[in-house]
Amino acid sequence: MSVWLSMVLCGLLTFAIRLSFIAAEGRVALPPAFRRLLPFVPVATLTALIVPAVLMPHGVLWLAWDNARLFASVAAITIAAATRSVLWTLGGGFAVLGLWPG
Amino acid sequence: MLSSPVHELRNGALALAPLLVGVVPFGMIYGALALSQGLSPVAVLAMSTILFAGSAQFLFCQLLGAGAPLTVTVAEVGLLNLRHALYSAALAPRIAHLPRRWKLLLAYLLTDEAYAAIVQRQAADDTGPDRHWFYLGAGLALWSGWQLATAAGVWLGARLPAAWPLDFALPLTFIAIVVPLIRTRILLVVAGVAGVVALLTAGLPFKLGLLVAALAGMGVGWSLAGAMR
Repeated sequence: MSVWLSMVLCGLLTFAIRLSFIAAEGRVALPPAFRRLLPFVPVATLTALIVPAVLMPHGVLWLAWDNARLFASVAAITIAAATRSVLWTLGGGFAVLGLWPG
Repeated sequence: MLSSPVHELRNGALALAPLLVGVVPFGMIYGALALSQGLSPVAVLAMSTILFAGSAQFLFCQLLGAGAPLTVTVAEVGLLNLRHALYSAALAPRIAHLPRRWKLLLAYLLTDEAYAAIVQRQAADDTGPDRHWFYLGAGLALWSGWQLATAAGVWLGARLPAAWPLDFALPLTFIAIVVPLIRTRILLVVAGVAGVVALLTAGLPFKLGLLVAALAGMGVGWSLAGAMR
């Protein structure tokens, strides 16, 4: 049962975060210090998820030519920067992953 | 340009569609992973509706497997999803005039992918009286894709070939979302700090390194932005 409780609490918290500014719009002014933090939140959290998944897929640092994920990610980052296209980024990343020797 | 609720709804769904290439394998992986952590199929599917946040659901399963206490789980999921506050702030002025039921619905559907679709539209032309239907179309397309992918993961479960690198869909999707967000030098530094700290703290229990790395990145960005004013 504690799994369900935990799940519902996480769900409610997530919904509250998503609703926060939408509900507060025009009613409550959020502290400027918090607003200054906001632009960095997605980049910080998502990068913190990406980097270990690419460089430590098995729990230890793997900086080598046969880490296909590393080079697939480099390709994906390059494509994403150049095209800003999700489809090309995913397609290019998976293509390099599949074709990379090793 | 012709604008109508149906037209906007369709365009929203179309804008979201490319992201499903990454989201669907990711949803299947989540379904299979959650089952392997001892969750019942009902709980696995319910979480996709209750949380509706891919990376957080993934984290939830990992923490469940690691036996993390409830407070740690809620705190980490909360911090991981704090980025949705930015999405909420971006969407808020555009839907301020709508009735409450619309706000609740669009808030529930607000995800990384929906935000990416909205940002793309804002860069082009985000006028028109029915634009909230675009947001709804994008949100519903992702929601449907996510539920179907989760169900497929539960159904296929362990039958998914282990050789398929489906789990790579997660970092790849996030790369596609993050790279276009890094538009300033400060944001590049934030990404660098978060990435390096994530590597250094990867050994911490309960994935706490994720929390430390995200906070370090945010803190550095916050300080740099303050220093530049």
